[in-house]
Amino acid sequence: MTHTQKRIMTNNIVMVLSTLSALLGLGFLFWILGVLVFNGIEALNMNIFIYEGAPAGYEESGLKQALVGQLLIVLYATAVGVPLGVLSGTYLSEYGQSSKLSEVIRDISDIMMSAPSIVIGAFVYAIIVIPMGHFSGYAGAAALAIIMVPIILRTTDDMLQLVPSTLREAAFALGAPKYKVIIQVVYRGAKAGILTGILLAIARVAGETAPLLFTSFNDNFMNTDMNEAMASLTVTMYNYATSPYEDWQRLGWAAAFILSMFILGLNIIGRLFLLRKRGQ
Amino acid sequence: MATIVNVPEEKILHVNHFEFTYAGSDTPNIKTLSMPIAKNCITALIGPSGCGKTTLLRAFNRMHDLYPGNTYAGEILFEGRNILDTKEDLIALRSKIGMIFQKPTAFPMSIFDNVAYGLRLQGIKNRSEVSDRVEKALKDAAIWKEVNSRLKHDANGLSGGQQQRLCIARAIAVEPEILLFDEPTSALDPISTQGIEILVSELKERVSIVIVTHNMQQAARVSDYTGFMYLGELIELGRTEELFVTPKEKLTEEYITGKFG
Ligand SMILES: Nc1ncnc2c1ncn2[C@@H]1O[C@H](COP(=O)(O)OP(=O)(O)OP(=O)(O)O)[C@@H](O)[C@H]1O
Ligand SMILES: [Mg+2]
Repeated sequence: MTHTQKRIMTNNIVMVLSTLSALLGLGFLFWILGVLVFNGIEALNMNIFIYEGAPAGYEESGLKQALVGQLLIVLYATAVGVPLGVLSGTYLSEYGQSSKLSEVIRDISDIMMSAPSIVIGAFVYAIIVIPMGHFSGYAGAAALAIIMVPIILRTTDDMLQLVPSTLREAAFALGAPKYKVIIQVVYRGAKAGILTGILLAIARVAGETAPLLFTSFNDNFMNTDMNEAMASLTVTMYNYATSPYEDWQRLGWAAAFILSMFILGLNIIGRLFLLRKRGQ
Repeated sequence: MATIVNVPEEKILHVNHFEFTYAGSDTPNIKTLSMPIAKNCITALIGPSGCGKTTLLRAFNRMHDLYPGNTYAGEILFEGRNILDTKEDLIALRSKIGMIFQKPTAFPMSIFDNVAYGLRLQGIKNRSEVSDRVEKALKDAAIWKEVNSRLKHDANGLSGGQQQRLCIARAIAVEPEILLFDEPTSALDPISTQGIEILVSELKERVSIVIVTHNMQQAARVSDYTGFMYLGELIELGRTEELFVTPKEKLTEEYITGKFG
């Protein structure tokens, strides 16, 4: 075999192997999605949105408490996590730049991003749930906010740094004070990227179960008081899916389907933002 | 010491024993440089790459202060004050000394908002005054005809040459005393370059201009005075036609005849 033939053969083998593994991954993905959609759609009906949880065997049982609880917890987490993340990302990119302090903050935030979320749940349990003496929606929102901050901080930092420094200089050269340069010029230039980072961070925390188990816990009934234990789609799904009752398991599928569609939706919107930005 | 000849009485800036060192550099990047900048004239700065043209230009509006660790010495007099003074109000200074960069720097907003940006910074809120001044600036920058039907469109949709003229409109809208240009045409095609050159020549009735250029024909075409810099020093400054035809310094002659650089 000549040298060239050998090279072509190696090339073909590598190509076939990598294509096969890509197909394998895709196959599993569609399998998971297929099962989810099949079971989820079957379990969906209006009752899910109208009724709260009920003992097994009741016709009139639904996921209302979990849908509302999930929305509230994610909303509160977003209200805290987004400003904190965006502002600290702004500090890193615009004020700290490559100072020691910023490098340390970047490293810590990278470590936090890879910390197991259950550890963050345990942390919030120790500093909020135990002192307060009970589970609460606030504690759940705090845990999710802590998970959001490093993600948003990092994307904000990266997106702001992508804005060319000549754009900042041009604004300064017109006599703009620094905060106006940041708010009126730099944020505008990085808008799409920052928004995408926020959406992806929301999508990421919306699917968390472990940190909620110790913090907002669960509630089978409708509750809008953030100071009480609160249901969420993920924890409800976990409870129902592991129960022996078939109607509860169906509710678990419905919760899984709704949650996945929500997260998928956020991901698609986030990507559309970026595409539109690139298209300009 | 540099040879400085035939610069008129009226000066807008006076650089005196100016020295500048970038953060991390152990020797000064500009060494005890003195030069007058004539009022309502165009002064070109020429010289080989790395000789300090940009560095000097960016000292005139204290752009170097945006990055930590750069040090100045000496003085630059403007309206009777030394603008290198640590107490100098940089925001006020920069609204009087505008700057145009090598690459167009249109802000990510509409054409109108780009030009209105500096006006709004100065606290001009009256809508009709803002739009009158935007229109006037766009006309003065010779771009009004091309954009008047799409003022609300994103400025990044304009061509490079149009964006550069938009940046000039934005800079002149606030009626500065001085405009600093750092190789404003090096990223543009010949037609756009010609447009910018004509514009610069017309502007000198109202503002004093300093322009850095690599293109000696450009310096000869547009400027009244030319300064030749070499290794962080000013070698010669004089009337453009004299400097190019009968340079006093041997180094200047070698540079303009293409012996180095
Ligand atoms: N940010 C910086 N930090 C440190 N040194 C710098 C910096 N910018 C420029 N220098 C140095 O200062 C000197 C002058 O640079 P400057 O950019 O002013 O040259 P120039 O005449 O504008 O060159 P060009 O024609 O290539 O634009 C050069 O030796 C350069 O290496
Ligand atoms: Mg330069």
